[in-house]
Amino acid sequence: MTKHLLKTTAASAGIILGLAAAGTAWAQDAVNLRMTIWSANEAHLAMFNEIAEGFKTTHPNVSVTFEPLPFDSYTTTLTTQIAGGNPPDLAWILETTAADFVNSGALAPLTDAFAATEGYDLADVSEKATALWTKDGQLYAYPFSTSPFAIFANNDVLKAAGAKTPAELIAAGEWTWDNAFASAATVGQSGKTGLVVRDFKFQTWQNLASIWNGWGATPWSADGKTCTFTEPAMVDALTAIHKAVFTDKAMPGPGEDIDFFAGETGMTITQISRASLLPKENPFDWDLVPLPAGPAGEYSVVGQAGVGAFAKGANKDVAVEFLGYMTNAENSKKLAQFFPPARASLLNAETLASTNPLLSPEQIETVVIAGIANGTVLPGHTNFAQIQQTIRAGLDALWVPEADVAAVLANVCSSVSPLLAR
Amino acid sequence: MSASASPNPKPPFWTIARRDAAAGYVFIAPQLIGIITFVLVPLGLVFWYSLHEWNVLAASFNFVGAANYQMLLADPNLPQVLVASAIFSAGLVILNMTLALLLAVLLDQKLKGMVVFRTLFFSPVVVSLVAWTIVWSFLLQNNGGINGMLAMIGVEGPNWLRTPTTAMISVVVVQVFKNVGLNMILFLAALQGVPKELYEAARVDGASGFKQFRRITLPMISPTILLTSIITIVGSLQVFAQIAVLTQGGPGMTTTVLVYYLYQQAFQFHFFGYGSTLSILLFVIVALLTFAQWQLRKRIVFYEN
Repeated sequence: MTKHLLKTTAASAGIILGLAAAGTAWAQDAVNLRMTIWSANEAHLAMFNEIAEGFKTTHPNVSVTFEPLPFDSYTTTLTTQIAGGNPPDLAWILETTAADFVNSGALAPLTDAFAATEGYDLADVSEKATALWTKDGQLYAYPFSTSPFAIFANNDVLKAAGAKTPAELIAAGEWTWDNAFASAATVGQSGKTGLVVRDFKFQTWQNLASIWNGWGATPWSADGKTCTFTEPAMVDALTAIHKAVFTDKAMPGPGEDIDFFAGETGMTITQISRASLLPKENPFDWDLVPLPAGPAGEYSVVGQAGVGAFAKGANKDVAVEFLGYMTNAENSKKLAQFFPPARASLLNAETLASTNPLLSPEQIETVVIAGIANGTVLPGHTNFAQIQQTIRAGLDALWVPEADVAAVLANVCSSVSPLLAR
Repeated sequence: MSASASPNPKPPFWTIARRDAAAGYVFIAPQLIGIITFVLVPLGLVFWYSLHEWNVLAASFNFVGAANYQMLLADPNLPQVLVASAIFSAGLVILNMTLALLLAVLLDQKLKGMVVFRTLFFSPVVVSLVAWTIVWSFLLQNNGGINGMLAMIGVEGPNWLRTPTTAMISVVVVQVFKNVGLNMILFLAALQGVPKELYEAARVDGASGFKQFRRITLPMISPTILLTSIITIVGSLQVFAQIAVLTQGGPGMTTTVLVYYLYQQAFQFHFFGYGSTLSILLFVIVALLTFAQWQLRKRIVFYEN
């Protein structure tokens, strides 16, 4: 009896130990990479999973999971994960926080690793696109999305209000902000909404760069040390925007949340990737045009997103390797279906037309290719979140009908200057 | 004689007193472990963090002594933030307590259907806070429900959440409507505990209704008033979700209360050290206020005489 019990125990112990040993061996080899992203789009996830599957052919032990986080609190959630000692291996990074991530040393350098990857050709990626993500000649995150800002127009709404459409203005060589605001005002005064700067909501002021760049205005000097909200270009640009909102009713006021793609708005400024939001049922006659010329001439603005690998991660080397695979020439073509590429070899009408079936060849040429080639990125700064909030609080005083633009901007500069100078 | 029978046998370890004490500790253990793990340890850690400069991205964690506390004293935003917190708390406590007491007195009648009204006024308390606030944010939008109704009677409503005064009023009122039911129920229970003979005697003596309320009701329910005022004040200092959903601290910094400010510093700007310092300040303020109210109870609470 006792002998039997002993035997059974020994046998089961042997099985368990054997399993444990096998488990350890397995755990040593298998690598699980985690990448945080801010898109929960099924099609995006399917594409990323497909790329991860492709990586498995050369690295059968590596699996990659993509963790969608809500966009609004993306950076907060990401830094909380890092603070809590549970950082992802790879992460998407917003352009506004690029400086924080690149300068902090949190990200692993990529240039040398990419150079060592066969057929990668980093030189194919435009320097303008990598500038934000580069420090001391090293790339720290790959700009996988370089999406130009453009104007979507609803010609049905514009014509019904008796306003000139962007296409008419472009044909006449009169596509300027003055005329664009005038068209929007005609719509706004007819009871519908004229022009919406998407996602601005009188909070995300950096999106106004899609307008004020036309005046040659910038929030701070090129070295980031001096506030330039009080410069004449910025005062003029914000005066024009203030007039468009409060005097001409060309743009909806604060606290009015309006979606262009619902079909009741004349125009919206947003990134071209939003074309996917165009309604399939009850479609309207829409158009996509470049941003109008401002007093400082023609210009374009792009929004960027980067992806980087964390330097302190346990699987840093594999993560960097995967990043090299995910963004190589071949996979960049896949990414280009959803995220406008910064690779010169992909910036041609042929490639982009196959990936953006909604856009006409002319739209691809004038908006996408020209926009990416010439576009300035949205303003960014080290410690952007605090600077953003400080300026947001200052600009709140501007969004009332009787605001004194110059005085408000002087206040903005006095409160933000100490932060910029740091 | 043999030494085996010692005059003082060693007493057993488990005396009745010890056994009782052990049982007591076992009974409070779940609560105690919870408090230690989720209150005392984090509190100690927050104090520890407040002595450090903690850059999450660069993974640096350096001891800086009192530097964060010096920064607190020199913070140009802090006076505004404290004023906003004080206005919010004062507005909330006054409005909440008055309304709760008024509702409780009204609902303390023996009429048909009273239960329905009590349930109605209490129901917001059990609604999810964020859902409640999001619905209000739609109502308070410039082109939202409230201004729509005002427009029907020919009044042009203000842009509630974008004007400094109305933004503060809005967050206070939204919070009051959310939680007034809880205080109302507490007051109602207290009112029903007041012996009816006292009112009868007062009526015989010719006391008016208001006099009865002032001389009998208020003193008799004063312990509940103390309790609800402590809960409400402490709760008001911890308001966060309403601000985050409705105003994000704006316009300007008019609704940036202390908790929201410390959230911004720690989680948006990534200054975890300074954020911890702000939460120590919040802790001290709450502790002092509660202590002061506790001291006042001897003067204002009937049973403490």
